[in-house]
Amino acid sequence: MNSRDRILQATAENQPAQRDLPVIDFERLIRYDEPAVVFEQVLTKIGGQLVRVKNLEEVKNRFGEEDQEKFCVDVIDCTEEDRLKIKAWKATDLALLHTLYIKGSFGVAENSAVWVDELAMVNRLLPFICEHLFIVLEEKEIVPTMHHAYQKTDVNRTGFGSFIAGPSKTADIEQSLVIGAHGPRSLTIYLIEKDSL
Amino acid sequence: MKVQDHAQAAAQFIKDEERTDWHDETLWFVRKKRDLAAHGIPEWEQLREWASQIKDHTLSNLSHYLESFEQKATANGIRVHWAADGEEHNRIVHQIIADHDLKRIVKSKSMLTEECHLNEYLIQKGISVVDTDLGERIVQLRKEAPSHIVLPAIHLKKQDVSDTFHDFLDTEKGNNDPQYLTEAARQHLRDYFIASELAITGVNFAIAETGGFVVCTNEGNADMGAHTANVHIACMGIEKIIPKAEHLGVFLRLLARSATGQPVTTYSSHFHRPREGQEMHLVIVDNGRTRQLGRADFRNSLKCIRCAACFNTCPVYRRSGGHSYHTAVAGPIGSILNPNLDMKANADLPFASTLCGSCSNVCPVKIDIHEQLYKWRQVIVQAGYAPVSKKLGMEGMAAVLSSPALYHFSGKMGRTTLKYAPFLVNNGFNPWYKQRDMPAPPAESFGEWYQKNRS
Repeated sequence: MNSRDRILQATAENQPAQRDLPVIDFERLIRYDEPAVVFEQVLTKIGGQLVRVKNLEEVKNRFGEEDQEKFCVDVIDCTEEDRLKIKAWKATDLALLHTLYIKGSFGVAENSAVWVDELAMVNRLLPFICEHLFIVLEEKEIVPTMHHAYQKTDVNRTGFGSFIAGPSKTADIEQSLVIGAHGPRSLTIYLIEKDSL
Repeated sequence: MKVQDHAQAAAQFIKDEERTDWHDETLWFVRKKRDLAAHGIPEWEQLREWASQIKDHTLSNLSHYLESFEQKATANGIRVHWAADGEEHNRIVHQIIADHDLKRIVKSKSMLTEECHLNEYLIQKGISVVDTDLGERIVQLRKEAPSHIVLPAIHLKKQDVSDTFHDFLDTEKGNNDPQYLTEAARQHLRDYFIASELAITGVNFAIAETGGFVVCTNEGNADMGAHTANVHIACMGIEKIIPKAEHLGVFLRLLARSATGQPVTTYSSHFHRPREGQEMHLVIVDNGRTRQLGRADFRNSLKCIRCAACFNTCPVYRRSGGHSYHTAVAGPIGSILNPNLDMKANADLPFASTLCGSCSNVCPVKIDIHEQLYKWRQVIVQAGYAPVSKKLGMEGMAAVLSSPALYHFSGKMGRTTLKYAPFLVNNGFNPWYKQRDMPAPPAESFGEWYQKNRS
């Protein structure tokens, strides 16, 4: 018998009698009157920042404020041709990536995490290797908790997806918080306000 | 090499009183952050109950979920391997590396690979692996083991890190600024990421329903490695399985809050299929877990999600340091997992506890840790692995407690000694005198008082 079969057999022999799965009662969960306000409070606490905008146009206009000399990539509604090119980039091509603009699917108020999947990333490495990350998010897409978040999407819709909450960080040296470990040194959320849509 | 037992190693650790206090206070600070985060969620206790029930259910159907996970993961294009023990796990990982003839390997945090001693195994084969979690890189450069599963370098002060980085990364001597030191590590490790050919990661959760797995980090190092390398190997114990993606809602709410008091880790990355042109391997490891599953008193330990809340709250861990536990997973949870791996070598660990129960109270999946510590003590004594001094002490105590005459005589002797000859107990031969002063003896025992006052 190979290891696989031995492990599965030993597991089947040793596992305890059937225990039932609990039902997650959403009535028991925390409620927020204004999820977007909570989202912003939590985001600020974990080192991110939020900028309220009226629409995507306004975001696009702000792009220009970035230094033109720097390596900036915008993967929000890019052309098929661009997608192919961006997808093919390797780590060596992206080593100096300064700024990335990307669209988040939805946000979570309780922890300010934003779901970004491979379709939005185009290239999986982008949101991790860039120095500064800008995520565009619609206010109406903010849910209260992680339970609601998993109702919003099939996690296997694309090959990879990540909840991103704030800039990368570490406290491994004497518990002193340092922003900018291996990933982005800053995270800005452009929140497209609900009323203005 | 004779490994020191917990008490001996702890005695070494507490010699530096200032550092011991710092260690104690720092971990208690993390525990308090956990409390704040938990208290921010009104349904916290309900969440713990759900998490515990989901894990109970999963363990009771584990063979089914493992098979279903394997099937889905394979359909997703992930190559699944099975390893009966640490040795086979290491062999599989090495084989993948050798097949591709790869040299540049990065690894993010995985307690399983520590448990299997993967790095040492690969070094013997002439392959070096760069640990990329900052804390793990620090201890790797110092040729030490992590002392905490979430905060691997918590036993070190910033001047220690500064000295290490000065030696290896050429940073300024005496510059102890954590910001500066972290930046130096970022630059140093970035070169390894960019050049990496193969990335090894751990697994926090594996979803049976979808055949994908989730890896959580704050630094982004697992993602930097996995998305740059052409080969990704993820390693997991069989107990990492959860039934459905929706259950992550429960576990991700609990994990980071319990670990560091954060609302969630910066990155909770869900891997389902290799990226185009990439190879993705998953090694599923038993290494004693099926045996633990069969021990009714101890199987609950397999519910652990490795948050380390029990470490941070433990009065013994905080004052003895992770290295005293001489195993990959220290702290209270390690003390109930490790006797299953090697009962004789780890016979001291269940005794490294006051049984105060704080570990069980903070555990996000409600493992009855302190009860299992107590139960392991019975098993270990019965198996004949109890330390000799403990055995003699227990036998002496049993003789005294089972004879009223001997009991009364001993009590009197004790009081007389403390009163007239305190130097007989206030010395280094009495373990109770270490870090303590013996109490003032009462004038009479309760028995004597009762005799006089019973009328």
